[in-house]
Amino acid sequence: MATEANNPMEQFEIKSIVDINVSGYDISFTNSAAFMFAAVACTFLLFWTATRRRTMVPSRIQSVGELMFEFVAGMVKENVGKEGMKYFPFILTLFCFILFGNVLGLLPLGHSSFTFTSHIIVNATLAIFIFVAVTIIGFARHGLHYLRLFCPEGTPLPVAIVLVPIEIMSYFIRPVSLSLRLFANMLAGHVLLKVLAGFIISLGFFGIVPFIAVSAVTLLEIMVALIQAYVFALLSTIYLNDAVHLH
Amino acid sequence: MPQFDPSTFSSQIFWLIISFFVLYWVVARFAIPRIGDILEQRARVVQDDLDRAESLKTEAEQALADYEAAMAEAHGQARALMFKVSQEAKVAAEERNRAIGTELTEQISSAEQRIAAARDDAMTGLSSIAAEAAQDAAARIAGIDVSKGDADAAVGTAMKGSA
Repeated sequence: MATEANNPMEQFEIKSIVDINVSGYDISFTNSAAFMFAAVACTFLLFWTATRRRTMVPSRIQSVGELMFEFVAGMVKENVGKEGMKYFPFILTLFCFILFGNVLGLLPLGHSSFTFTSHIIVNATLAIFIFVAVTIIGFARHGLHYLRLFCPEGTPLPVAIVLVPIEIMSYFIRPVSLSLRLFANMLAGHVLLKVLAGFIISLGFFGIVPFIAVSAVTLLEIMVALIQAYVFALLSTIYLNDAVHLH
Repeated sequence: MPQFDPSTFSSQIFWLIISFFVLYWVVARFAIPRIGDILEQRARVVQDDLDRAESLKTEAEQALADYEAAMAEAHGQARALMFKVSQEAKVAAEERNRAIGTELTEQISSAEQRIAAARDDAMTGLSSIAAEAAQDAAARIAGIDVSKGDADAAVGTAMKGSA
């Protein structure tokens, strides 16, 4: 038990709550799934309490809901424009999902603590979905013209020879960087917290130093949790803008 | 590292898809309409208030313009009335002056006529007295009985000559 507690990787363990197996596929309800639904519940609760008593001058919780709504709506409108507003529900969902995934993961719940965004497969699934969706929207709106994205009009041939492979590569690297960024941030933050926290007890009196460090890093991690949710949603809107407007 | 254990991938992806769709439904069908409603309602109320303020402002400006117009009109009327009154007073004064003037002229001329009549009477009396005196004098001094007619003629000639 002691060795398990001190292993900084233990917190990322997927633990099955209800074993489910459908025709050879393991779809057990795990701690990861529980936190995903917790994020859904938190989003619902936030918007439910925010809109329960509708007042002209918003209450505190109502302003939080309105702020989140207007923040994401502003981001979509600014980056994609009016046509982008039909993707606003998706971007807001994405933002809420990752935001609550990150923040709920910071709750000090002992061995139950879990952050589903620290799993590359979750982020990769989201990123690949966005990548495929953006590509489909791009071809649907512009047909083969969408390939212009790799070679802007008026590029001289010698430049194009170098530019086109780079552009193609950067296009296909998008889901990788999108998912890795979130994964690495969450992983590093939680490992750091766990390692620092391990020193608090073992250093005895001088444990005060890592204790202060853990407090500071926790604040930093709350910020990172918010920023990474924002970055993920922002990059998605920027990719969407490429598909809608072709630069 | 638990992240690279492919045996957990299927369940993670499965529940991710399920929960993400549930969340999408919550956001698209619940959160966005409700928050959007509140924001729209607030924008409408603010716009209504602004519109009302605008209409009240134009009303106030209209009232001010009306007041100024009424004021200007009253000023104009007062000035016209004053002008009319002073004009009437002037006319009345002139009339009175003229009336007094003619009355005075009439009185003067009648007085002059009376004076002239009195003088004529006096003159007539004087010449008859002179003729009588001359008649008397001629009778007493020269013993000539001068007729009244002759005496009158003589006096008239003498008076004309001395006059």
